[in-house]
Amino acid sequence: MLTYTLKRLLQAIPTMLVVITLSFFLMRVAPGGPFDGERQLPPEIEANLKAAYHLDEPLPMQYLRYMGNLLQGDFGPSFKYKDFSVTELIAQGFPVSLEIGGLAILLALLLGLPLGIIAALRRNSGVDYAVMGVALAGIAVPNFVIAPILALVFGVLLAWLPAGGWNGGALPNLVLPVIALSIQQIAYIARMMRASMIEVLGSHYIRTARAKGLSERQVIWRHAIRPALLPVTSYLGPAIAGIITGSVVIEQIFGIPGIGRYFVQGALNRDYTLVMGTVVFYGALIVLMNLLVDLLYSALDPQIRYDD
Amino acid sequence: MTTDTTPYSGHNMSGGAPPAGGTPPGSPSPPTEPDPEAGAVAGESLGRDAWRRLRQNRAAMVSLVLLIAIAAACLIGPYLLPWGLAEVDWSAFNAAPSLESGHLLGTDANGRDLLTRTLYGGRVSLSVALVASFVSLVIGVLYGAISGYVGGRLDGYMMRFVDIMYSLPFMFLVILLMVVFGRNIFLIYAAIGAVEWLDMARIVRGQTLALKQREFIEAAHALGVRDRKIVTRHLIPNAIGPVIVYVTLTVPKVILLESFLSFLGLGVQEPLTSWGVLISEGTDMMQSAPWLLLVPSLFLATTLFCLNFLGDGLRDALDPKTR
Repeated sequence: MLTYTLKRLLQAIPTMLVVITLSFFLMRVAPGGPFDGERQLPPEIEANLKAAYHLDEPLPMQYLRYMGNLLQGDFGPSFKYKDFSVTELIAQGFPVSLEIGGLAILLALLLGLPLGIIAALRRNSGVDYAVMGVALAGIAVPNFVIAPILALVFGVLLAWLPAGGWNGGALPNLVLPVIALSIQQIAYIARMMRASMIEVLGSHYIRTARAKGLSERQVIWRHAIRPALLPVTSYLGPAIAGIITGSVVIEQIFGIPGIGRYFVQGALNRDYTLVMGTVVFYGALIVLMNLLVDLLYSALDPQIRYDD
Repeated sequence: MTTDTTPYSGHNMSGGAPPAGGTPPGSPSPPTEPDPEAGAVAGESLGRDAWRRLRQNRAAMVSLVLLIAIAAACLIGPYLLPWGLAEVDWSAFNAAPSLESGHLLGTDANGRDLLTRTLYGGRVSLSVALVASFVSLVIGVLYGAISGYVGGRLDGYMMRFVDIMYSLPFMFLVILLMVVFGRNIFLIYAAIGAVEWLDMARIVRGQTLALKQREFIEAAHALGVRDRKIVTRHLIPNAIGPVIVYVTLTVPKVILLESFLSFLGLGVQEPLTSWGVLISEGTDMMQSAPWLLLVPSLFLATTLFCLNFLGDGLRDALDPKTR
């Protein structure tokens, strides 16, 4: 297990190198520099600024310097949020994004799995059709459509919950964003769980379990659910990536001060260092999450051993 | 799944052919028999068979009709409507949908007809969907077919590259790309197409690897058929089923991706518009003019819905295992 983990971490290195290199050079070929303001700076001042940010060095030097700083967790200064380093901005935004994203994943699992299981057990019943119909709607309607409609209905028309804002993470402010973020994943997870549950229930060992006289409850809880969870587990990686991506728009819509919003603001303001820092950070996060999901998968599936 | 038929019964179009359960799953493909007239004739029969099966799927057919209707409306509609894309009606700002004013679905904050804009936006969204899916199709099929057919060490390297690409946070790289190079519809085509080819490459490679081993390919080799002809006559027609299915599933993803970018303000630029742009504008106005949000959302959701249904239907129609 440990060797496998180390091996996977080593494999993550080229991926991260590609991410960093790609974003670094994309940023450098961008037309215009960070100091192209409304006012033309006097050449001496611009030269000084460039020197201060080491932008006057040859490109390979800059690249190595950026890599070196990254290794120390330094993403460089933000060009637009003066006085803030990108690291500080990420450190500010990440707890907020983590809270929303974590709750969304939790909600997706807590609702998606039971819904899928129930639909599979009552296959072709009204319940099944209802769950699958709603799930299909959840897949077809993107979260940036669901979010404003939720805000309109529950925030404005019914005025049960705040339509936006963060308010230090108060519970009422969390409800709508978390729901909007998780709906699509609830739908996917319910569909996958239903499909894999149906497949497992049709397998021979379930027939054996029934034949030896186990109660239906034991069959389902002890024998069916765990193997049925496997495909859903392997979907968790994409699900987490989807929630991270989704959080970008959700934070924007609900005005939540997470990384996603910094990312969009940075993108619109052409705050290159901020955008790049966020891309690298998210990249690392997704790679790490995929690794965790694979380890979880191996823990659930006794047929997989990562010994060598 | 009740009207189980062998692929060849596609020739008799009576539909109610009796179950001829002779074909074991996994050896479906009619155009593969090395019989002299195999190529064109049998290739058609695969398509005809799939079409017959698809027609029995009501959800897929309704979706297909709706999709054609939406596409036709987006193509033709703007010519029939009296307003232009950016034309301002000075007597109607934020007007609610009404028959009298002629703004069937209302106007936006700048007095522009919403139906007209939604249809123009649909052109952009659908064109992105088609072009980007096509880009991903071409890259994916070529990459996968070469990797699978050549095999060996090259295959290993090519697939390792795909693995690395897979774990990239693509969404963010695309956004970075849009930021750096500015908002440009051709860039959107290319960027999204370049993101979506990975799955296609894997699917085609898997197909090619599996087909390469089969007897009919060996038979073709034995008969002295040249490599190129084997690929075009025997490999590609057989790999095409999963590819078509995957394309129909790629299209909604691409539409979604484009809307997502546009929603964030990184998609197409004024005066052009797309469903994502309209939804984003509608979100800002949803309290005073909810139709601005609802109309483009409805178009987008319907299209995605239908594409998903159609994709599922095509998968059932083309997948030999469900025969």
